Amino acid sequence: MLTDLPLLNLPLLSLLVWLPILGGIWVLMTAGKDDAVARPIALLISVLVFFLSLLLYIGFDTQTADMQFMEKHAWITTFQIYYHLGVDGISMPLIILTTFSTVLVILAGWEVIQSKVAQYLAAFLFMEGLMIGVFAALDAMLFYVLWEAMLVPMFVIIGIWGGARRIYATIKFFLYTFLGSVLMLVALLYLYSQADSFAILDFHKLIIPLDIQKFIFLAFFAAFAVKVPMWPVHTWLPDAHVEAPTGGSVILAAIMLKLGAYGFLRFSLPITPDASRELDWFIIGLSLIAVVYIGFVALMQQDMKKLIAYSSISHMGFVTLGFFIAFKILANPDLTNEAAMTTATMGIEGGIVQMISHGFISGALFLCVGVLYDRLHSRQIADYGGVANVMPRFALFAVLFGMANSGLPATSGFVGEFLVILSSFQANFWIAFLAAMTLILGAAYTLWMIKRVIFGKIGNDKVATLTDINARETFFLTVLAIAVLFFGLYPAPLLDVMHTTVQNLLVHIAQSKVI
Amino acid sequence: MNLGFESTDIITLLPEIFLLTMACFILVVDVYLPEKLRHLTYQLAQGTLVGTLLLVISIYPSSLTLAMDNMFINDAMGALLKLVILAIVFVVFLYSRSYLQVRNILKGEYFVLGLFATLGMLIMVSAHNLLIIYLGLELMSLSLYAMVAMHRDSAQAAEAAMKYFILGALASGMLLYGMSILYGVTGNLDLAAIATNISDADSNKHTALVFGLVFIVIGLAFKLGAVPFHMWIPDVYQGAPTAITLFISSAPKIAAFAILMRLLVDGLSSLYVDWQGMLILLSILSMATGNIIAIAQTNIKRMFAYSTISHVGFLMLGVLSANQAGYAASLFYIITYSLMGLGGFGMILLLSRVGFEAENLDDFKGLNERSPWYAFIMLILMLSMAGVPPLLGFWAKWSVLNQVIQAGFIWLAVLAVLFAVIGAFYYLRIIKLMYFDKSEDRTPIEANMDMKITLSINGLIILFLGLMPDMLMAKCLKVLQVLI
Repeated sequence: MLTDLPLLNLPLLSLLVWLPILGGIWVLMTAGKDDAVARPIALLISVLVFFLSLLLYIGFDTQTADMQFMEKHAWITTFQIYYHLGVDGISMPLIILTTFSTVLVILAGWEVIQSKVAQYLAAFLFMEGLMIGVFAALDAMLFYVLWEAMLVPMFVIIGIWGGARRIYATIKFFLYTFLGSVLMLVALLYLYSQADSFAILDFHKLIIPLDIQKFIFLAFFAAFAVKVPMWPVHTWLPDAHVEAPTGGSVILAAIMLKLGAYGFLRFSLPITPDASRELDWFIIGLSLIAVVYIGFVALMQQDMKKLIAYSSISHMGFVTLGFFIAFKILANPDLTNEAAMTTATMGIEGGIVQMISHGFISGALFLCVGVLYDRLHSRQIADYGGVANVMPRFALFAVLFGMANSGLPATSGFVGEFLVILSSFQANFWIAFLAAMTLILGAAYTLWMIKRVIFGKIGNDKVATLTDINARETFFLTVLAIAVLFFGLYPAPLLDVMHTTVQNLLVHIAQSKVI
Repeated sequence: MNLGFESTDIITLLPEIFLLTMACFILVVDVYLPEKLRHLTYQLAQGTLVGTLLLVISIYPSSLTLAMDNMFINDAMGALLKLVILAIVFVVFLYSRSYLQVRNILKGEYFVLGLFATLGMLIMVSAHNLLIIYLGLELMSLSLYAMVAMHRDSAQAAEAAMKYFILGALASGMLLYGMSILYGVTGNLDLAAIATNISDADSNKHTALVFGLVFIVIGLAFKLGAVPFHMWIPDVYQGAPTAITLFISSAPKIAAFAILMRLLVDGLSSLYVDWQGMLILLSILSMATGNIIAIAQTNIKRMFAYSTISHVGFLMLGVLSANQAGYAASLFYIITYSLMGLGGFGMILLLSRVGFEAENLDDFKGLNERSPWYAFIMLILMLSMAGVPPLLGFWAKWSVLNQVIQAGFIWLAVLAVLFAVIGAFYYLRIIKLMYFDKSEDRTPIEANMDMKITLSINGLIILFLGLMPDMLMAKCLKVLQVLI
């Protein structure tokens, strides 16, 4: 049996958090000498971490909603703060997504990044460790520390290796997210004063009056909505995405945005279920604005990275919609209790699948833009045209990922959107109708971009000189293509893992926390 | 008053007596030292600090000890603060040496004045009587005024010294006036006696007491640099030679915190409802003014001055919670702050060299290319000041916020974090200059090995204590449990 592997007895989560961080320090120490050393070391560490994270999947028990691979050590005993790690069906897939993306990012920057290579790679390894820590943290202060610490490497990545307006973008990114997080800190400290413990699972059990729940909900909302990002606090994202180097964009889109959505699932829904129920119209409204309005905004973009950034916001709208539609479904009197639970599960699972799938697809699209940018140093759609003529292999991938982004069946993009729309119909026809607009809008802005960039006659002389993707680029695009198609055709492994946890979460949020 | 004197009193006062004797000794020796042996003064001064530090450790109190007819107190909080002050002054001397040397102000006076100021601080920390508090305060302040003026050819320094002296004297006057009212009402100078007297005072006395309290709080706010009594800080920080600024900004703040604790907590704790309101106001104003005005600064010393003001605002959050855990949080904050300030000014000293003061923000441009290691140390310092985890500065802010929330002032905590976000901007700007901008200056960084090592340790301690803050937090809480 695979589950008997002796490796599973290791403190896996700690390894996943600290191995990249220590590796990052090792890479930093090679700085200045020879960059040729830094790259293989970083790749080796990221691959090792990826394989270690697969052990989480192998050893994972899908039958229980309890936290698994738990580790708990005293950290700050004066205030009952523990180094407390553990994963459930929601965080485990996200950890694997993180380790997977980091490998790709390190490959993507292989030849492109030529200045301060060691610092660049180390920053990504630090981020990997910190992000895994955020997903695995079960102590609110540990979570907060890692959540904030993560900003620093990203700040540096955008600021040093970014584009022309990188400084504006990176300071905006930092201050926006910092502002959101500090309000969450106040909420966490308040919860501590009530629970006398910083364990997130203890927070879940707290009885809180509705008025106070609303304040806590809004404080969490400030932190998570900025990260997701939800309209109207999304404006940092296009700036950060456009100015970040390709690797930075991939990590931002694939993982960082997911942290906000994860925060809703881990904190907002279970700690303040009544406030979430009261304010579900608010989140659903913002999500629909993101889906529809931001979809239109994406349509008008001239810059490929900006277009994908807006498309990310639009797709993340689906995620938050999937989470909060659950409250509308549970409140629907036409449904039997059991049917409501099943449909609500579908909505939340749809949201989570959408998170994972968007991680692959947006990451892939940013890598595609990166491939073009590395060659022509332009992100403007107008500077390209007829790329398929000179880069046929690249065109194949670009079209596949474009299709996936528009939610074509048989790609992973379809699964999440379909589940969310399906469950929305049980709540309200018009919500579902507006959400379904994405099928048109998403296809419109993605395919229109693909048409202008990839197809048609060769746009100009520069395009004519383009060379097709090399083995390294083919490799990472192929891996992503396999992932997109696999989860599109057979999402069961993903759904199985999260099913028990999501059901447990729903039971939890269906109960009132008001006395 | 019965001036009883016992031989055990000498033991309690031993660190101060040793420091005083050595300061006088160095003063005399320095006069006869030939120029090439001048480094002996430095070594003697450092030796004195180490000796005093060892003496403080050797008489570390297991319980509260009073000496000299209750005028002098030796308790765990005092001992901890003394250790921190002595260690900080040691590092200050170490950082300052080469800076002062190349500017030709490395004279015996610097060390003697520094030691006398330190003696003043130790007395402030251990004072248990209004007069002794004042005595210590003046000994410290007068030495500091003279230190600021030491660079006598510099018009800026003379101006700074003048401002410092006038405003400092005004503040001392305020404090003294408040004390005299307190004495008038209670008929006592002893803090414990005042505390007992007030706790069963009738309401007629209350008005007079609050009247006196206002002046005491004003005096303390002046010394700490809380808005609206902060005007001297930017000018003095900018005008004084950087090495002196380093001194003024670190250890004296701890001593000022100590008398704040002695006066408000030891002496006037039953008036906490009254001083709580005053501190809330001072705290909000300081956080707001400090953080907002710092954004507009181009001179890094001035920027640090405003940053200090905002830190004082945060520091007060803990005290105004008016309970042991809150005081412990403030104690933790002041220790953290002095470590960060030490490092910050240390970096300016490191970048300064003959004929060049690294005073402007632009002097930090491209530091990552000139020296990745010191850029990293500065990164740690700036992020820690901004309160980004997992650095020590975060836990300091965290501690006081936690106490403010436990005390029920959630609105105040929300205000505080919002100002912290505003403050983050100017710290980020330094990081931006170091990491994202190109350097105009290619001169390699030259400094003594001892300075390089100490500065590196200074930075790494902030990182290490940020990862493992439990020791220091527990210590701060423990020393305050002995108190009261």
